[in-house]
Amino acid sequence: MAMFKDVLETVRMIDKERLDIRTITMGISLLDCIDSSGVKSRQKIYEKITRLAENLVKEGERIENELGIPIVNKRISVTPISLIAGSSDDLNYVEYAKILDAAAATVGINFIGGFSALVPKGFTKGDRILIDSIPEALATTNCVCSSVNLGSSKAGINMDAVKRLGEIIKETAYLTRDADSIGCAKFVAFANAVEDNPFMAGAFHGVGEAESVLNVGVSGPGVVKRALEKAQNASFGEMAEIIKKTAFKITRAGHLVGTTVAERLNVPFGILDLSLAPTPEIGDSVARILEEMGLEHCGAHGTTAALAMLNDAVKKGGIMASTSVGGFSGAFIPVSEDEGMIEAVECGALTFDKLEAMTSVCSVGIDMVAIPGDTPATTISGILADEAAIGVINNKTTGVRIIPVYGKDVGDTAEFGGLLGRAPIMPVNKNDCSVFVNRGGQIPAPIHSFKN
Amino acid sequence: MRAVVTVIGNDRTGIIYNVSKILAENNVNIEDISQTVMHDFFTMIMLVDMTNMSVDFNVLKNGLEEVGETIGMSIRIQHEDLFNAMHTI
Repeated sequence: MAMFKDVLETVRMIDKERLDIRTITMGISLLDCIDSSGVKSRQKIYEKITRLAENLVKEGERIENELGIPIVNKRISVTPISLIAGSSDDLNYVEYAKILDAAAATVGINFIGGFSALVPKGFTKGDRILIDSIPEALATTNCVCSSVNLGSSKAGINMDAVKRLGEIIKETAYLTRDADSIGCAKFVAFANAVEDNPFMAGAFHGVGEAESVLNVGVSGPGVVKRALEKAQNASFGEMAEIIKKTAFKITRAGHLVGTTVAERLNVPFGILDLSLAPTPEIGDSVARILEEMGLEHCGAHGTTAALAMLNDAVKKGGIMASTSVGGFSGAFIPVSEDEGMIEAVECGALTFDKLEAMTSVCSVGIDMVAIPGDTPATTISGILADEAAIGVINNKTTGVRIIPVYGKDVGDTAEFGGLLGRAPIMPVNKNDCSVFVNRGGQIPAPIHSFKN
Repeated sequence: MRAVVTVIGNDRTGIIYNVSKILAENNVNIEDISQTVMHDFFTMIMLVDMTNMSVDFNVLKNGLEEVGETIGMSIRIQHEDLFNAMHTI
């Protein structure tokens, strides 16, 4: 039996420090649902998802009960729909999004990811149709999440996609203007997208993946912060050690949940993503961990270094704890979903440019950032290009989930509710980048030697 | 299959009696008990064996929570696996 103090530590982590399993995400391949008839393809999709994931929620809740650890979300990721729908004659893929939404409702999950296209080097017919369908798809569904991979370290950056996605984000913001442009919170543009990510909005089931797998995303910023609180005068080496040990424990809990649920659903266990994912609740913030290290506010000089150390120590502790670590595995910095980030923005400590710098050392990118609704599409494309460049050059995943909140400006706040939280509108650089964005073509793949 | 029962709250009489009563009623065997009282704050951890348990896990769990409400303590039961996973290499 675990020692007395170990039992109490775990109970305290769950009760007081908000340790939870953020998501169990079932990846489902839809490659065998391809059909020249869109109607038939969608029937196959609905049938397959509802069959394979029939017991996902039930088994998730069962293990939650048995272990006494909350599993916040049960989700599904599917093969990028552009690959599935491409062989049909359909000229719009919104119906595919709707069938995903219907399947998600039937099995009782809260998000389904994979209304996606992979275009780092160019578009297929299906990719173009899918991207054009994104605004309406996100405006007319509840649970569907969408992503586009627009660049990679092997291929460079597809600047035509960058340009088009700036417009798509604006269009999505307009179509969901009645709810603070919330459609944009369900879309992420990636560079170097990972194929086994369990977190939304960017989860999709890569073509290299098995028929069906179960992936897990753990969390626990509150646990890390509490552990650091107890070590007020610790050196950096000591702090790294504390974070590693904490990440180890969190990861072990996630690994146990993942392998148990996978076994009960009779699917292989995929990966465990050990990202520190914050929520808007007090005591569940990544920003507060950075502040615990000695920064007055997140965004102060030193923040990037603090985040880099946190991110690295989390990975090291987690990798020791599970041989199946994958996904992003680092620290998330979504502004609207992190109570400490929100405060840092509101008091002027955290700026857009500092956020961009932070994304170069952590997963995942400019995440859940609200910007003025009148921001030009080309400026959004410029933001996408900058973020993609950080990822492509540094061989890491980066993403942009940005919300140009229709009708709102700096000084206003967008309210998304629930886990998506609320976001103060952040100013963006007003200088024009349209000539740059409109050039079109491909930023070539970077050289992988002479690294400086 | 074994589980850990954690009982936390203000010290009072009859805590072990009430908890062990419901465990016995459902044919759950207590293998180990540790307890401590600090500043009237009572903490008890029981390791129990559920191999011959006569009810579903959820029924026992709900029963323990009800007992907890009656005696004003927090009582939880969790599979032993979680603690072993988190605290052993």
